[in-house]
Amino acid sequence: MATMRVEEVFGAERGRILATLIRLLGDFDVAEEALQEALTAALEQWPVAGTPGNPAAWLISTARHKAIDRLRRRARLAQMQDEIARHIELIAEEEAPVPEDRLRLIFTCCHPALSQEAQVALTLRTLGGLSTEEIARAFLVPAPTMAQRLVRAKAKIRLARIPYEVPPDDALAERLEAVMLVVYLVFNEGYAATFGAGRVRYELCDQAIRLGRMLVELLPTQAEAKGLLALMLLHDSRRGARLDASGDIVLLEDQDRSLWDKAQIDEGVALVETLLREGGSASGSYALQAAIAALHAQASSAGATDWKQIAALYGLLANIHPSPVVELNRAVAVAMAGDVEAGLRLVEELDQGAQLEGYHLLSVARAELLRRLGRHTESRAWYEQALALVTNEAERRHLEKRLRDLP
Amino acid sequence: MRYMLLIYRDESQWDASPLSERKAAFEAAVAYSEDLRSRGLYEGGEPLELSNTATTVRMRDGKATVTDGPFAETKETLGGYSIIDAKDLDEVLAIVRHHPLVKAGLSIEVRPIRMGPPK
Repeated sequence: MATMRVEEVFGAERGRILATLIRLLGDFDVAEEALQEALTAALEQWPVAGTPGNPAAWLISTARHKAIDRLRRRARLAQMQDEIARHIELIAEEEAPVPEDRLRLIFTCCHPALSQEAQVALTLRTLGGLSTEEIARAFLVPAPTMAQRLVRAKAKIRLARIPYEVPPDDALAERLEAVMLVVYLVFNEGYAATFGAGRVRYELCDQAIRLGRMLVELLPTQAEAKGLLALMLLHDSRRGARLDASGDIVLLEDQDRSLWDKAQIDEGVALVETLLREGGSASGSYALQAAIAALHAQASSAGATDWKQIAALYGLLANIHPSPVVELNRAVAVAMAGDVEAGLRLVEELDQGAQLEGYHLLSVARAELLRRLGRHTESRAWYEQALALVTNEAERRHLEKRLRDLP
Repeated sequence: MRYMLLIYRDESQWDASPLSERKAAFEAAVAYSEDLRSRGLYEGGEPLELSNTATTVRMRDGKATVTDGPFAETKETLGGYSIIDAKDLDEVLAIVRHHPLVKAGLSIEVRPIRMGPPK
């Protein structure tokens, strides 16, 4: 029972506690080791002495004293007297976890001086509390490779002295963009699962949404953070309807909408409405993508979706971030809004641009639109092209089924 | 905390640009460094001659052998260095982002200077 308590506190608070310890101790590894020791002490002491009134503060305080003891022992050997002095001085400081610490931590983990792979891994390890093995599994790399990636990143933070602080106002927007990109990468990795058997790794989606909430809570004036959270909530609301019992993909238009998470949709839509009211057509790209997802989420059926508005939103998105993928989505929305011929023309133009060469969804879109127009022979050829490019197993099965279903 | 800025340039491009431009870039870099020095951030630095003036010494078959040319043949080569004393990496990066040589199209690598023996 008491054991469970320790783990409950630890699980929920790990990121916050670690963030504060890194600030107090000035080193990722020292903080992680100390936290591990404090957890061991808690497992021994709490069942006997009772759970302390403020378990997080207890863990921080204990971890810190463990770290100082360790540094003292090491300092005696290496005569690092000034380091002892620095840490003893710190004892007098505030030990409660402050929210700002988690923000410092995510900005350090997502510092542009680290590779993006390392940013993702460090964020999940420190703020998400995932084990090295779990992160390795999620990104399909061997555990020793992931462990080495984390060790190198932490060494670079220490040796190059990447600061542990929230960037100043003039750099905040740019740095926040990098943080949001990492959070969205984590979400997409969980949601799309590019390779392998296609089991959707929802743990990553949950982690990303938790991080998104943290950004909104700690940076309340940053509109794009709200946009990112809304986007993730709305995509994730369809979790229960995206795969059928045998693990095959169910297209948006065929999903059982009663399986969508209503509470999550309401939360996402409310965020989008605030954003559009405040930002209008000057909204950022996450807000616009969230607005598109909100239109899908609010429609009672695929046919009842406001595709005209969706096509217009993709147009706005293309203005901010010109991208062939956005253009492809706009083309599909134009077709869905009723003008299949016009949509197909846009898709064909994109295909000539060659920027999307090898992108299976372009072939899929072409096949789908040709099917709708009754041009089945051409449609078949494009499904076959898509099958030659696809890497995800669930998507492959889905395309094979579409191909079989052609008259 | 001390950092070395390693300034890299595409030599064929650099060498082909008009002398007046190269002089202007040099003067801007000197002025920038002097400003950094006045704020206690700059410890020193020098430009280097082109890599076709380089000579490399390495051990071959137990003998220290001298060869013509740089350590590695690369498109961009080391063209100079500066030593910066800053609070942390962000402070150095802010300095480097505004460096006139970056604006002139050169690349600057930032490396922490290790204190003492290898650990």
